Amino acid sequence: MIPAQFDYVAPTSVADAVAALSEAGEDAKVLAGGQSLIPVLRLRLSYPSVLVDLRRVSELRGVREDGNELVIGAMTRHADVITDPLVRQYAALVAEAAGTVADPAVRHRGTFGGALAHADPAGDLAAVALALDAQLVAEGPGGRRSIAAADFFVDYLQTALSPDEVLVEVRLPKLEGQWGVHYEKFNRTAQAWAIVGVAAAVRQENGSIVDARVGLTNMSSTPVRASAVEAALRGTSADGRSIAAAAEHAAEGTNAPSDLAGASDYREHLARILTRRAVSAAAGV
Amino acid sequence: MTEELDAGMLATEIAEHPDALSAPYGGGELGRGRRRKEDAKLVTGQTNWTDNITLPGLLHMAVLRSPMAHARIVSVDVSAALEMPGVIAAYSGADLAAEDGALPCAWPVTPDMVHPDHKPLAVDEVRHVGDGVAVVIARDRYTAADALEAISVEYDQLPAVVDMEAALAEGSPLVHSDKGTNKCFTWPFAAGDDYEATRAKADVVVTRRFRQQRVLPTAMEPRGVVVAPIAAADEYTVYSATQIPHILRVMLALVTGIGEHKIRVIAPDVGGGFGSKLNVYAEEVLALVVARKLGRPIKWTESRSEGYQATIHGRDQIQDIEVSATKDGKLLGLKVELLADMGAYLQLVTPGVPILGAFMFPSIYKMDSYTFSCTGVFTTKTPTDAYRGAGRPEATYAIERIMDELAAELGMDPLELRRRNWIKHEEFPFDSICGLTYDSGNYEAATAKAEQMFDMTALRREQAERRERKDPIQLGIGISTFTEMCGLAPSRVLGSLSYGAGGWEAAQIRMLPTGKVEVVSGATPHGQGHHTSWSQIVADALGVPFEDVEVITGDTDSSPKGMDTYGSRSLVVGGVAIHKATGKVIEKARRIAAHLLEAAEGDVEFHGGTFSVKGSPEAKLSIQEIALATFAAHNLPDGMEPTLDSDYVYDPENFSFPHGTHLCAVEIDTETGFTKIRKYVCVDDIGKIINPVIVEGQVHGGLAQGIAQALYEEAIYDAEGNLTTGTMVDYLIPSAADLPHFDTGRTETPATSNPLGVKGVGEAGTIASTPAVVNAVVDALRPFGINDIDMPASPERVWRLLHPGGQRREASGTVAYGGVSTSTTSGGAA
Repeated sequence: MIPAQFDYVAPTSVADAVAALSEAGEDAKVLAGGQSLIPVLRLRLSYPSVLVDLRRVSELRGVREDGNELVIGAMTRHADVITDPLVRQYAALVAEAAGTVADPAVRHRGTFGGALAHADPAGDLAAVALALDAQLVAEGPGGRRSIAAADFFVDYLQTALSPDEVLVEVRLPKLEGQWGVHYEKFNRTAQAWAIVGVAAAVRQENGSIVDARVGLTNMSSTPVRASAVEAALRGTSADGRSIAAAAEHAAEGTNAPSDLAGASDYREHLARILTRRAVSAAAGV
Repeated sequence: MTEELDAGMLATEIAEHPDALSAPYGGGELGRGRRRKEDAKLVTGQTNWTDNITLPGLLHMAVLRSPMAHARIVSVDVSAALEMPGVIAAYSGADLAAEDGALPCAWPVTPDMVHPDHKPLAVDEVRHVGDGVAVVIARDRYTAADALEAISVEYDQLPAVVDMEAALAEGSPLVHSDKGTNKCFTWPFAAGDDYEATRAKADVVVTRRFRQQRVLPTAMEPRGVVVAPIAAADEYTVYSATQIPHILRVMLALVTGIGEHKIRVIAPDVGGGFGSKLNVYAEEVLALVVARKLGRPIKWTESRSEGYQATIHGRDQIQDIEVSATKDGKLLGLKVELLADMGAYLQLVTPGVPILGAFMFPSIYKMDSYTFSCTGVFTTKTPTDAYRGAGRPEATYAIERIMDELAAELGMDPLELRRRNWIKHEEFPFDSICGLTYDSGNYEAATAKAEQMFDMTALRREQAERRERKDPIQLGIGISTFTEMCGLAPSRVLGSLSYGAGGWEAAQIRMLPTGKVEVVSGATPHGQGHHTSWSQIVADALGVPFEDVEVITGDTDSSPKGMDTYGSRSLVVGGVAIHKATGKVIEKARRIAAHLLEAAEGDVEFHGGTFSVKGSPEAKLSIQEIALATFAAHNLPDGMEPTLDSDYVYDPENFSFPHGTHLCAVEIDTETGFTKIRKYVCVDDIGKIINPVIVEGQVHGGLAQGIAQALYEEAIYDAEGNLTTGTMVDYLIPSAADLPHFDTGRTETPATSNPLGVKGVGEAGTIASTPAVVNAVVDALRPFGINDIDMPASPERVWRLLHPGGQRREASGTVAYGGVSTSTTSGGAA
């Protein structure tokens, strides 16, 4: 398909990007890796007046440490996230989930921040950010602010970002200690969206689970935290039976969609099965 | 890099099966794994796709399509589009109605077939989502797309007709109200003994209803057309991403009234088709008509989502099949009743597709009685037409599925059941119950080799163990022994089936003065590697270097005669035509050689490209020297025309009948319903092989496509007639990452109906693999009391069968074969 006409700017700094967005008003769109936006434009599902392309804003790329936080620049490509040694050390769940995004071509163009700002509940990274209590840092005309992942994902394809804000970076608390992680994605073809995905991180001490984070992909109009599962896991012994019992709570509080990829009751069933598998894998059981 | 692939350069699987690079036959070229001549330009981006073509003054066409499945067109207003800068013209269907003719259907399968008018642009009614309503012509593609949004169309919505059985019911809304019915035709066929009498003698009768879901052909290259007019002469060059430049030329002339001699059709590099480019499409006609009106070149290229609505769809049948047999597994009779979804209109061969299948339901089996009937049905959906295999995969699926069900009913090993019924190798040539003469075959050999490669015994043991311990991962084993009719087709047979053309193919060999050879072929490739295979045939026959042969295809000026590429016919018909044309070259060259060597013609032998005189080995001339001597024409036999060029138009005497045995093992995750192919073995017998690497590619691609129908692909329409799988987000196509390693093998039983001994391989993988996979899925689920599943066998579908009403179904632990009974069993989850 052929997109409708739009203006295009490619600023080299966040400040210039914010200025461009402020000037353009509500019909502007930020172009990151373009792996979701370009198809939307080609299908004429969106008619932005101007695209603000962040590809030349070098300050938005890269991964660094900041005290006990890991900071991933919003324009860091999935392929770079997957191979980054700091990510692998402190946020292996992010690397694992990013490795399941679409296909190699998409992973070399798509960006970590772009995927989160697009806020597709079927995207793999939002559930991970939610499970890991990420802070998403946005810059607008009034300066920077930090938004908790729990507040960031507002609804289907909607975030707490205002139209003149740019997502700058994502801050993740370093997972240190006896954490095990796993992302369990269920889809029909390798490059398809998740029908359901489960991001799990568990910390064990002396054979017991002392902390657990579980995020669900595509179980609602936003990514969902499986809080009941986390509560049931905390303090239980890390064995198959306990994990299976905890995983039975996986669909609680969700609002799974029914679509061509699966009806909601099937998704609820998958959430329970996949949560059991994700937590078991994370716990090494 | 050498030009010939060796084992080390091939994929591991070929290296593991050295017979894939079997020793060359005869003159040394046939059977060699030559690197494809076509690939250098493909992999370096120097291809000439239709959309790459640009011409001075080129204008771009865009088509406004109906968003509704069925509606009366109240008005079409293009005036706002015409006011946009860069827009040259805009036309409604009514504006072009006097010039754009009607799209052709070349296969009126019955004398009373209902054949509705099919305008390139709808005039009064739209009948499927994507039906063309108006066109815009603009200076660039972006403006054309913008202008579509400025056209205002008022629709008066009419009821959609989506379900075939509902469409045939009394009082159904009509797709074509002037026809008074949604029934297109009923085509009956019966052979052998009376079916009901045969059935009465049976110990066991098994019936099933299978659904061939609708699928969307998805060629790598979308469709596109460019028309370049010479206005003053009323002459037109049509570039089209088509499989059929020759047929298209004839049809465009008939549709538009422009003289056939004034139309040149060029199929440039064409990137796949699978039958979807075996057609005459609205956009080809519209581009021609508009180019004629404006006197300017016109280009149209579909977008992928546009193609999903406006390019033909495949399959879409409901198959009611019944098999009757004795208690010891001897087939007695077969009864098939089809409903075939035509969609809203008849495209080029829409009604003929299920009729081709009619002859393939009996497959490799002997039986006393066969009765068949097919009813074509109009619905408000995109027309269906030929898709890789065209009728034969549907037939093979139904017979191979029900053979497994009969085996289960009898408590018999499904391979043993097949053995008891198939035609034995010593019985060839064999007249099938349908009256086809299967010239050759050896089902025993192919099956034995497949079983050995598959390690059936170990897999059956593992399956039993998994069943015993109620493992959440269950193993299933599926079998497909198939044959197909290829090499379409003997012209007189096509005539007897009311097809509108013949099935011959044309070839020409031109010997150039410098000894190079040009081969003109009417078979037009769209990815198959014709240029390589044809070069091998000619190099082998004439004894000239492979590199010295150039193949010319796809242009009605330079290759004026042809019947084009479909139905696994290119090698079996077009390749044989080339082989026969080389024979004419050799015979004429022999006469010239005898003259120049001053020998009797009968004493001149031809071997390895050289003519020599019996008994005087020093007296010799190469065929390339003869070519130069013929060009000079200084010393030719009296009265001989000074040319070696030869034409041959080959009309096959029979179809060819490739066959094979495919074995598939799947693992089903009973918790999620996910099916993973654990092992896939195929042994195909496609007769003699020209190029084993090309064969390997065809088999792999075919398997992928057949597996895709079994597990992934499905075009879904909602009750309002909207295509809900309208983009590749929702229409799932597997990639290499989703497919297993393919263990391919071959047996070689040459066809006896052509001098090359070839049978064709373009569709074999697609035809055989779908039932092999679904049989494996059902085999895994059978202990749970499940004896059928609709395609695609998606995880959710498997899960729902295993969890009826949300409750997990328990396995009996052993296969609950029904044993021998006289009752009729029907399909579905028990």
